[in-house]
Amino acid sequence: MTSSEGWRCAQPRTSQTRFSLEPRNLASVQHIILVLSGKGGVGKSTISTELALALRHEGKKVGILDVDLCGPSIPRMFRAQGKAVHQCDRGWVPVFVDQEQSISLMSVGFLLEKPDEAVVWRGPKKNALIKQFVSDVAWGELDFLVVDTPPGTSDEHMAIVEALRPYRPLGALVVTTPQAVSVGDVRRELTFCRKTGLQVMGVVENMSGFACPHCAECTNVFSTGGGEELAQLAGVPFLGSVPLDPDLTRSLEEGRDFIQEFPKSPAFPALTSIAQKVLQGMPALLS
Amino acid sequence: MEEVPHGCPGADSAQAGRGASCQGCPNQQLCASGAGAALDPAVEEIKEKIRTVKHKVLVFSGKGGVGKSTFSAHLAHGLAEDENTRVALLDIDICGPSIPKITGLEGEQVHQSGSGWSPVYVEDNLEVTSVGFLGPKKNGMIQQFLRDVDWGDIDYLIVDTPPSTSIEHLSVVQYLAAAQIDGAVIITTPQEVSLQDVRKEISFCHKVKLPIIGVVENMSTFVCPKCKKESQMFPPTTGGAEAMCQDLNVPLLGKVCDKGQSFFVEAPDSPATKAYKSIIQRTQEFCGSHQSNNKNHVNS
Repeated sequence: MTSSEGWRCAQPRTSQTRFSLEPRNLASVQHIILVLSGKGGVGKSTISTELALALRHEGKKVGILDVDLCGPSIPRMFRAQGKAVHQCDRGWVPVFVDQEQSISLMSVGFLLEKPDEAVVWRGPKKNALIKQFVSDVAWGELDFLVVDTPPGTSDEHMAIVEALRPYRPLGALVVTTPQAVSVGDVRRELTFCRKTGLQVMGVVENMSGFACPHCAECTNVFSTGGGEELAQLAGVPFLGSVPLDPDLTRSLEEGRDFIQEFPKSPAFPALTSIAQKVLQGMPALLS
Repeated sequence: MEEVPHGCPGADSAQAGRGASCQGCPNQQLCASGAGAALDPAVEEIKEKIRTVKHKVLVFSGKGGVGKSTFSAHLAHGLAEDENTRVALLDIDICGPSIPKITGLEGEQVHQSGSGWSPVYVEDNLEVTSVGFLGPKKNGMIQQFLRDVDWGDIDYLIVDTPPSTSIEHLSVVQYLAAAQIDGAVIITTPQEVSLQDVRKEISFCHKVKLPIIGVVENMSTFVCPKCKKESQMFPPTTGGAEAMCQDLNVPLLGKVCDKGQSFFVEAPDSPATKAYKSIIQRTQEFCGSHQSNNKNHVNS
């Protein structure tokens, strides 16, 4: 990657010169969860963010690796857009969202000089960056590394699964919205998981109904039930339905801690319940 | 087509092969020689095949799940309300082709005749072609698709694209650019997490010199079926599409909120239908003036 491409910091040396196959930078990460979806716009980044926040509230140290190179949403969701990425002897230092360093982030969003510029790369270049994100980020000790992915099953997915394969137990959390159009794409995603040997921890149905703030009548704007049905058909756990919640949207837009600040909001019970199930499910994943 | 360097001026631009970003690009010599887009014979073939299509509108979004496919289908239906207008809807979202489902054509297959792929007809004057009809193939499909579809005489070709500024985008824009695209409609939802991806899409359009017909903000307002009051599902914390369009000097075509139904039939007087009709009219006006501009260029 040359300096003409608008990178905001110097590149760490490549894996070939230093790390080869040794998992040094991921050695102290206990669990890795990939958040996937066949369809775009279903809320992968939202679920990744809220899962991280909920796990932090349970006292866990969490990292989020955002490998959506074309549409990196994670920095903004933590009010971290524009933050610089520094280097240490082990590579890139992830961006911490708080003084306690309980949540750390890495995203291509931090590395672009002009955030409004499109990142248009072919497979090999994307693969190379993803490999670097896996081997050259000094994550340190983490209970969970949540990996937020782009939609579909593309070069980025193959790259991240292959890069992570040597490491800790890998689980996949699949996000869908209720309607059939989304569910069809998710079926493809589950096939991808099967073919690549990724264990599916469960399905989350997002945007599951909208409660009118005026009269509390809940309308299923995106139909209903697809996520649960899909989980049953595929024989994977159904982790829960998260309703559309303008407070959740606003909280993400402003980089706030939804779990801390909106405990009475419609999406709160669902999100915390999903985090609980993830925590409970981890021993099963390990065996 | 080899990898595109950051800051690529475009294979057919005056700076092709000569810009600072061109240094080290494997295509540099090719572009500098002016051979650029003409090198790929498929471009000419597609241009020839697509000659019978009067207007081509691409529907883009930098972000997934904003309703691009839904909008494309509605735009196609809306244009086809006039029985004398022949409309084709092309779905090239290789990652997740939604058009077959949205148009009720799941399970259909395209047929190959002597003159190429024949589309599937939804109405007499509305035909649909989708990579979804071809089964799970990837890579190189777009080129073959565009080259081999038997278009016939079409007034409007609506192209539903994959989200993000991916290689699929570059492929289709490259191939269709030779045959002149009227413009792009870009779909977004009101919240900043969508807008930040859509700004990239707009920047992509500027870079490849694709005219922008305008932006449509989807999922703007929710009208409760019970109490009829309006609320916002996705609060526009940074001013929504309106603010972005003002900032970037791009037209805002309209705001819609749809529930994924064809409400031309089911709710012809609803605010959403009216919004769509206005958007469709503006799209037609843009295409009409684009055509006369092209004629002027040809004559001058």
